[in-house]
Parts: sequence; structure tokens; C-alpha cells
Amino acid sequence: MASLILQVDGLTVSFDGFKAVDNLNFYVEQDELRCVIGPNGAGKTTLLDMICGKTKPTSGSIKFKNHQLTDMIEYQITRAGVGRKFQNPSVYEDLTVYENLDISWPKQRNVLGSLFFRRDRKMAEKVESVATQIFLQDQLRTKAGLLSHGQKQWLEIGMLLMQDPDLLLLDEPVAGMSAREREQTAELLNSISKGRSTVVIEHDMAFVKMIAHKVTVLHQGKLLAEGSMDQVQSDPRVVETYLGH
Amino acid sequence: MTTPATSTPATNIRSNLWGVGSYLLLALLLLVVFPLAMDVFRLGLAAKYMSLAFCAVGIVLVWGYGGILSLGQGVFFGLGSYFMAMFLKLEAAANADSSSGTALSAFFGTAGLPDFMAWNSVEVLPWWWEPFHHVSFTILAILIGPPLVAFILGYVNFRKRVGGVYFSIVTLALSAIMAIVIIGQQGYTGGVNGITDFKTFLGMDLDNERAKFVMYFITAGLLLLCVAAGAFILRSRLGRVLVAIRDREDRVRFSGYDPAMFKAFIFAVAAMFSAIGGAMFTIQVGLASPSLVGIVPSVEMVIYAAVGGRLSLIGAVYGALLVGWAKTFFSENFVEYWFYFIGVLFVVVVMFLPTGLAGLLDKVRTRMRRAEG
Amino acid sequence: MNLDMMAMQAFTGLSIFTILTLMALGLAIVFGLMGVINMAHGELMAMGAYTTYFTSLFFAKFLPGLFGIYFLVGIVLAFFVTFAFGWILERGLIRFLYKRPLDTMLATWGLSLILQQLYRQFINAKEVEVTTVSWLKGAWQVTEGVSLPLSRLFIIGLAVVTAIAVYMFLYRTRWGLRIRAVTQNRPMAGAAGINTERVDAFTFALGCGLAGIAGSSFTMLASTGPTTGQAYIVDTFIVVVFGGVESLLGTIASAFMIGQMQSWFEYSMSGSMARASILLLVIVVLYFRPNGLFATKVRRA
Repeated sequence: MASLILQVDGLTVSFDGFKAVDNLNFYVEQDELRCVIGPNGAGKTTLLDMICGKTKPTSGSIKFKNHQLTDMIEYQITRAGVGRKFQNPSVYEDLTVYENLDISWPKQRNVLGSLFFRRDRKMAEKVESVATQIFLQDQLRTKAGLLSHGQKQWLEIGMLLMQDPDLLLLDEPVAGMSAREREQTAELLNSISKGRSTVVIEHDMAFVKMIAHKVTVLHQGKLLAEGSMDQVQSDPRVVETYLGH
Repeated sequence: MTTPATSTPATNIRSNLWGVGSYLLLALLLLVVFPLAMDVFRLGLAAKYMSLAFCAVGIVLVWGYGGILSLGQGVFFGLGSYFMAMFLKLEAAANADSSSGTALSAFFGTAGLPDFMAWNSVEVLPWWWEPFHHVSFTILAILIGPPLVAFILGYVNFRKRVGGVYFSIVTLALSAIMAIVIIGQQGYTGGVNGITDFKTFLGMDLDNERAKFVMYFITAGLLLLCVAAGAFILRSRLGRVLVAIRDREDRVRFSGYDPAMFKAFIFAVAAMFSAIGGAMFTIQVGLASPSLVGIVPSVEMVIYAAVGGRLSLIGAVYGALLVGWAKTFFSENFVEYWFYFIGVLFVVVVMFLPTGLAGLLDKVRTRMRRAEG
Repeated sequence: MNLDMMAMQAFTGLSIFTILTLMALGLAIVFGLMGVINMAHGELMAMGAYTTYFTSLFFAKFLPGLFGIYFLVGIVLAFFVTFAFGWILERGLIRFLYKRPLDTMLATWGLSLILQQLYRQFINAKEVEVTTVSWLKGAWQVTEGVSLPLSRLFIIGLAVVTAIAVYMFLYRTRWGLRIRAVTQNRPMAGAAGINTERVDAFTFALGCGLAGIAGSSFTMLASTGPTTGQAYIVDTFIVVVFGGVESLLGTIASAFMIGQMQSWFEYSMSGSMARASILLLVIVVLYFRPNGLFATKVRRA
């Protein structure tokens, strides 16, 4: 067994008594691309929220490398090497594509450091290559607010690439994309997940098939099944959840 | 340095030129045109508006770029103003003793005590007045005190994610507190009359025309310095992070930044600017008064920035000068209409000119460039 | 301090509480439900007070026989005048600024300056006072040392009735349901056939009307001047924020606490220092409970 990069044990969060995630165990290996699926309200997004610090768990432990993430706040978790892409594309609309990528470059992220930060050749090259990867090399001077929905999704992925996280958390990266954009994105995800661990939440089964190594199915905050795509698809409990009502 | 990917297109060079050009124009206006065109009295007024422009420049940083509407800049202006007033008052009291009034003040046992304290039967100089005998302490207090207060206040609030209108209300309450305390503690602060009747600054007679000129140029220089410092901040990565925070604070955390730290920093910078303005105000106008620290003046400072353009540091200076000039004009002619004027100004700027005069100018420039093709 | 004095002190706190409650209820509706900060709320209170004042003048001049009921008429009129003004204000200004809460603060601040000057110029630059109706003069002698002025008892009663009415209106009527629907999910409410624009105008006007009632009560406690409203606005904001903007009960509880604090602090220090200490205290409390003392935890999408 390869070494684990993320170890979630007994994770629970309740909102006014409602348990959105309930005593969940979840493990991700080094360099693995994991898909998390499940019906609405299964706790998928909440799980990612807790890993990246957006939501504080009620109990349980989240171990990432040698950090206990439950004791850290968002920016510390990000600096430790967790990158998060949100369900709705969230980019900095008043900044240009270039500036969006620039801000995501993981150097000099404190106040004084950023005051005296100067763009160097290394960063410029990285921006160039990331922009090419996300198909935005000709839009560097465009304000991010002017991009199309799909392009914003890509830009956000690009920002994560600048960050170069060890663990990438993607929440529905193809939501609202055209069929052609989906294909391009699948390609993109396959190439960027190389050399790092990735957790993807997705509804689109065809898309999941295209990219996943291993699939986790959540239902009502609990783990329902885990395994290869074929395995979970033939699991009667999964079939029951998806088709039974 | 920045070469391949960042090769700046012509538009960027042009906007750099425009920025530098308008900065030089402002410098020319403040350092050459005003002193040549105005008599001492008018120049004194210009100096007064310029002191308030420090606050406006700070508000552009905090509000325009940081997205934090501070209704408490009067507090920091007031701290700077009162620190300077304390120093000047102690100097005046010491001189009064050493020249003529010695016998009298010795008789009353009020040697070295500011006159208003004696009137309020405060007989011993409070301990926190003592260090203001020294000019170096006073200057340090002005430069460090208000930003420190702002930083701590900002950081604890922003860390707890108190932002938006909540923070505005907190700063508003702070303005109220400051004014109430100053007025309530008359014996130590001069109360509602403020602290006034200074004589000299480091031996320089403040009523002297030459002294007024010197102080004017110091104020103008400091103001230009603050504008330049503000521009440096906005052009750095920190400036871009601020814009990012203004638009999507939640997302910035996941880019690995601590927004609370950045917001507190820019709030502290603005506080420092305001405090410098307050100190220069007191030296030149000869007054530190609670009427400049409360809610009304604090909110009024925001309109300076709004009129000039909340995104333009230079615009804020013009905004302060214009609104200040208008205020003088109204108070000299028909004082009752001032409130209508400023009231309507608030509404009109917010409704129809959210980016102020600078924004208007930008629009015109864009249109002209398009016309050029 | 003996028991009688404590009772009196607590009662004084209650009178401050009534004004704060009525002011804060209006503000809490506008701020809590619509996210709008109305800096001219204090001037609307003054408008209510002036309406009551003019009603008293009218009765004294034309209906002296019915002078005993002018105050009741004044309350109703104050409500409707400020309600109507609020409606116009919402349609003419506020609705353009819903997405810019900070700008709303500035625009309404401008409006408050204009209103103050209008009062100064066209009503009276000095403070005006109403004549208390005869049946509210005098006091209720509870024990030998404790006497409670009837006028204050009356406005406490008025505040209680108003608070209950607002609560019933918001949670027991169709209009209230519409308001809550719109504030919770605007597009959905619109899709369900609710005229969201009218609901907005109505909600805002209702908040303003409550400020009018507050102004009416205020005339029983003190005289009204052009800047009367401004003196109260910060305290009112503090009450609302302290209570947690989304909870009407929280607003009332917080008005009660702040009213009592003001009254008790004044016992040991000057009135203005008491105010400053309370404001400072609230800022500190807000640090520990940023959503207010009585906020409930909600899961946000």
C-alpha cells in the first residue's frame, strides 16, 4: 500500500443537530485521483469544506501529511499544501487573468513580503505555462470578470496549478460546461493530477469514468461504498441509493 | 525583471505616464501654484484642507481598495491632533512661566500647567501628559500610536470576520466614544473648547508669516509623500491582494493569505496618514477640537474621498480641497445651505458618481482614446 | 443604595429601554431583514416627534376640548407620516442601492443632514416641547419611596404593545410571511408570485413608521430638536448589532440590557461617560460574539 497523504477519521459535523457528515473515515493515497459521488445532501461538499478549513468539524480528525488540519485555519491549511476549487467558479473578477495567477504564486504571502514582492522570471514562466495549460494564454490581460463560465472554471484550476498543492480538492469542475469543454477539462485534470493527490466531487458519471482511479460513494453523510468505478456501480446499495427512489 | 510574459502593452505604459503626470501636476499645484497665487490667509485655508486630505487619501486605501468603510478616521485624526496639541500646549505653558507670568503661576502653584487645567482646578499635570514635553516622543506617538490602535482594533475584528457594515458601525461607535470622552474630561482634554492658544513650535513663533509658509510646505510635502506611499502599496502585490479581498475575501484565504492581516495593515496605514494630517492641522490652525473627531467629521471625511474618487489617491486630495473650499464658501456666504449642499453631495455622488471625479475623468479618457481609434 | 432607589433606577432604565426598543425594532427590520443601514433613522424619529408636536398644537388651537386624546392621535399620525416618507424614500433612493450596503450608509447620511437642516430652518432651530396631557401627568405611588411617572408607564406599555404587534405581524400574517419569504429567498419569492418590490417598499416603510412611534414616545421624555435623532442613532445601531440582527427578541433583550446599563452606570459616573463605557463594552462583547448576543447558528450554503 502506498503512503497515505490524507487520513480522515471519525469525522462528524452537525448543524443544529443535523449531521451533514457522520463518523466518516476517508483515506487518500499519495498521487491518487479519487472521485467522490453521491446524491444531493450526501455531505460531499461539506467534507471538502472541512478538509480545507471552511467548516469546523464537530469531532474527528483530519490528518494531512504531518499536519492536524482541524487545528488550523484556512490560509494555514492552504500554505501546508491543500488547494481547493469551489463549486461556483470563484476567481478575482476585478483582476486580470495574469494577476489572478500572480496572486496564486505561493511566495511572499505575508503583508510585508507582498508589499516588496517583485515578479521574477521563474514566476513569469510559470504563469505562461499554466495559462497555456488552461487554454487562456491569449487572455492574460483580460479582466477575469469578463471570461465565460467555463473559462472561469479553468482559471480557477490554473490558480491552483500556480499554488502547486500536494492535495487538490475539486468541487464539480465541469459544472455548467459544454460537452467540448468537459472533454478538454477531463484531459486537463488527467494531466494536472499527475504527481499529486486529487479529490474530485462530481455528479456526471461519464466524466467520473473518464478520470477516476477509485470512487467513494457518500450517502447521508456516511460512507456507502468504495472501490473502482465498476465495483461501485455493481454494488446493490449504490444502485438502491441512486435508483431506489 | 519582468520580461517575457509581462511585456507591458502600450496601454499600460500610457496609464503609467498618466499616473506620474497627474502626480507631478498635483505637486506643481501644491508646491508652486498655491503659494504664488494665494495670500497668507487663503494659503492657511488650503493648508487646513490639505490636513484633511491626509484622511481622504487613507480612506481611498481602506475603503476604495480594502472595501472597509471606516467611519472612524476622525479618531485617528484626533489622536494626531491632540498629541501635537499637548506638546504645543506644554511648550506654551513652559514659556509663559519663564517670561512674565512666573510670579502668578507660582502663586497659584500651576507652574508649567496648561491654562485650561488651571481653570478646571486640575493642579498636577496628569502622568500621561508628561512625555509630551519631548518633541521626539510626540512625533513617535503620532506616527506609531494611531496605527497601532487601528491595527489591533482591525485585526481582532477582521480575524473574527466582523466586516462590512458591522465594522463601519464599530468605527462609528468609536468616533462617538472619542468625542464623548474628550468633552467629558474637560480638565484633562480642554473639553468642548478643545486645546488652543499655542504660541510656538520648537521656539518658532507660529503666528509668524514665515512659519506659516514653512508649515505649509512641510504639509504639502508630507501629503505628496503619503500619496506616493499609497501608490507604492497599491502597485505592489499587496494592492492586488487587497482588491482580491474586497471582491472575494473568502477565496483569498484559499490562496494562502490571511485577509485579517492585510486589512488590519491597510487600516493602520490609513490611521497613520490621518494622524499626520491631524498633527499638521493642529500646528497650522492652532486648535485641537472634539468637533473634528466625532461622528459628523468622520463621515464627512469619507465624502472627500468619494467626491475625488474612491479609487484615486490623487482624486482624494482634490476632493478634500474642493469640498473644503466649498465649505468655506458656504460659511462665508450662506451658512445654512452648507448642510443641504453636503447632504445632496452624499446622495448624488453615491447615486450617480460612485467613482467620483477621477472616475468621470477616466470615462472621458477612454472615450477619447476610442475616438482616436 | 436602598431598595426604593434601586427600583427607581431600574425604572429609569426601562424608560430609556422603551425608546431604544422602538427605534431598534424599526432598524432591526430594515437592517436585519433587508440588509439596509438607514443612517437617517434618527431623523425619522425626530419626524415622528415633530408630528406629535404639531398634533398637539393643532388640538390646542382647534380642538381644545379634545386635547386629552391628542397624544393618541399623534402616535397614529407619527406612524403614518414616517411610514409614507419611508415608502417614498425606498422607491426614490434605497432601492437603487440594495447591492451596495456601504453606499446606502453614505446616501442616507446625506439625507439625514438635509432633514436636520430642514427641521432647523422650517420648524425651529431650538428644541420644542409638548404639553403632557392631563391624564398622563402625575405618578403612581407604588410605595412611599417609589413613584413612577404615568407618562413613562404609558410609553413602556406602548413599546410592549408595539413589539407584540410587530411580532404578530411578521410571524402570524400573510404580509409578514411575504416579507420573510422575500428576505430569505428573493428570486424564489418572486417566482412564487410575490411582488418583491412592493414588499421591499412596505418593509422599509414599516421600519420607518416604527421610528415615528419612537419619536412620539420621545416627546414624553424630553424636548425635540433638529439633532435629536443623531444623538440616538449610534446607540440604536449598537442595540441592533448587540442583539444580533436577525432576531427581534434579541433586539428587545439587548435594548433592555443597554437601557439598564445606561441607567446603572449613570449612578456611578457622569451620563456621557456612562454612554462611552457602554459603547466600549458592546464593542468588546461583539469581539467575542460577532453575530450578536442572541444570534442562532445557521447553516449557510
